[in-house]
Amino acid sequence: MSDPASRAVVLRLRAVSKTYHIATPQEHEVLHGIDLQLASGELAALVGPSGSGKSTLLNLIGLLDTPTSGELYLLEHPTRSMDDAARTRLRNEAIGFVFQFHHLIPAFSVLENVLMPLILRHGKPGADDIEQAQSLLADVGLAGFGAKKPSQISGGEQQRVAIARALVTRPALLLADEPTGNLDTQSADRIFELFQQVNSRFQCAVLVVTHDNSLAARCSRILNLVDGRFQSSVSASDRP
Amino acid sequence: MIPGAVHRFLWTEGLIAVRFLFENVMQTLLILAGIAGGVAVIVFITALITGLQANVIERTLGTQAHVRILPLDEVNYQPPPADDAMILLLDSPRAQRLRSISNWQAVRDMLDAAPDVQAVSPVVSGPALARRGTARASVSLVGIDPQRYQQIIAIAPSLVAGRFAVGDGHALVGTELARTLGLGLGDKLRLDAGDDRIAVVDVAGIFELGVRELDARFVYLDLKQTQTLLDLPGGVTVIDTTVDDIFTADRVAARLARLSGLRAESWMETNGQLLNALRSQSLTTQMIRVFVGISVAFGIASVLAVSVVQHTREIGILRAMGSSRKQVLRVFLVQGGLLGLLGSAIGAGIGWALVQAFNTFGPGLFFIPVPLALIPFAMVIACLTGVLASALPARRAARLDPAVAIRYV
Ligand SMILES: Nc1ncnc2c1ncn2[C@@H]1O[C@H](COP(=O)(O)OP(=O)(O)O)[C@@H](O)[C@H]1O
Ligand SMILES: [Mg+2]
Repeated sequence: MSDPASRAVVLRLRAVSKTYHIATPQEHEVLHGIDLQLASGELAALVGPSGSGKSTLLNLIGLLDTPTSGELYLLEHPTRSMDDAARTRLRNEAIGFVFQFHHLIPAFSVLENVLMPLILRHGKPGADDIEQAQSLLADVGLAGFGAKKPSQISGGEQQRVAIARALVTRPALLLADEPTGNLDTQSADRIFELFQQVNSRFQCAVLVVTHDNSLAARCSRILNLVDGRFQSSVSASDRP
Repeated sequence: MIPGAVHRFLWTEGLIAVRFLFENVMQTLLILAGIAGGVAVIVFITALITGLQANVIERTLGTQAHVRILPLDEVNYQPPPADDAMILLLDSPRAQRLRSISNWQAVRDMLDAAPDVQAVSPVVSGPALARRGTARASVSLVGIDPQRYQQIIAIAPSLVAGRFAVGDGHALVGTELARTLGLGLGDKLRLDAGDDRIAVVDVAGIFELGVRELDARFVYLDLKQTQTLLDLPGGVTVIDTTVDDIFTADRVAARLARLSGLRAESWMETNGQLLNALRSQSLTTQMIRVFVGISVAFGIASVLAVSVVQHTREIGILRAMGSSRKQVLRVFLVQGGLLGLLGSAIGAGIGWALVQAFNTFGPGLFFIPVPLALIPFAMVIACLTGVLASALPARRAARLDPAVAIRYV
């Protein structure tokens, strides 16, 4: 395996802080000067107590929100001063999202949900788009599920669809916010395996928020966020 | 931007919009019913009023000229006052005797050449007493040039008996007059215009114009006989005309008065009340249209506002997957437009059916022309209304913070 430092840098955070304005005088700094670098092929777990700012950090990285200060580079593009159109384009091209509550769109079939990032990008999907979506569904073990509605499949299956959807654009960075938090241990285990497969097959950087320490232990890197700061960043290979 | 790209991105918005609308079928059907009802009312009311007005105008103008050219009233001569003099004047108005338009042939030729005047017909008209046996009736003698007059008022189609013939001692009388005097075809009618000017004519035809006053009083003769009876040899008392656009009759009349130096009276002046009624009717229709339109717009806006809330999380997901604010905005604008378009198509259909039903089963007093041109117009307006009405909810959807929206349950 090559050294992570020599691989392409996908994500770089420089002194990123995030402050929420709750009321006019009341401010709440959730993240304090976060530095982080993530290279392609890395599988990182983001752990930490509830309320420590994990989701906030993931939203910043996913360009759903902007840092109050600091700079966030995605594929070496500085993102803080980008307008909505540019952020949207970069988000669509570079990032795949998986959320805790699956978040499929109920009005669309499973296949259409997987295709959605491509539909948003360039309209009516082509034959190759559909082929790719089908093969991704097969990859997550859901071949033949394409015509079903999200409401007709189980939670674990929905989460697999969400993963297929996140991968359909071949993103450089896959973000997952507690993707197994809502699943039983067995399903959670299989979903996590899927992340590992995706990570090694597509060589994309994966950042997974999780509460489960045994799952985190299977990652190449563990980022421990406490009160908006990284406690220690341990590389899996450094551990005994 | 190339058309292909426009087509492609509206494809996406259209797809999402349609799915969102289908997701809550009941809600969509209810608002469609609301829009359809509103549009049906607008289409039907507009058609009804248009038909009614066309009918009223046709009936009114079917029996009268659009613009009548008359001699000026006679007034007493007043010598101009000397400087610094104050004049106290006791002026008894002059009786307006029957008199001819001077040099009427020249006026007629001028009118014939006028661009916005259609038909021109010199007429000599005055009062007389009609008698048959011991029955008497006061009538209005109308001396006409048959060819020309037919273009102003179509008498031939209004004949209920006999034929259209004046001159050679022939006369046409109305049904009311025929009834009063017990006249039949070929009967003799004695006309007394005063000062021992008397003629006996044959009734050649009996007409019914549908206006009681005319059917009871008009006796049509030719120009020459009427001129003799009224002691106006070679003269005419009025020139009747029709104009191209009936609603410009007042302007045409003013211009003709200036050109001829005579008095010109338009139908709009003589039917002031009718015109007033027509105008307030149009205004009422306009107001109904505006208020129905506004309530349809509010209906669309409120349904879409609810839809935005219902789809908050989906909007967050779409944004996370690479949908821009503008794309989200368009998704809701397209929903508004689709609702307007679809609702108005249904509404136009209902309105059209109502018009047909009115024509078939209605009171049958008049016919409403089927407003086919109105339908695409109503649909375009409704579509635009839908887009405008959705602007506010769409803006709210576009402004949702994706990070917050995604957590919305
Ligand atoms: N939109 C927001 N406005 C204000 N405060 C927020 C907002 N989102 C999160 N927070 C606060 O930021 C802190 C971190 O939240 P979050 O990132 O969701 O934590 P985690 O995902 O680690 O549980 C919490 O105290 C939370 O109340
Ligand atoms: Mg969280």
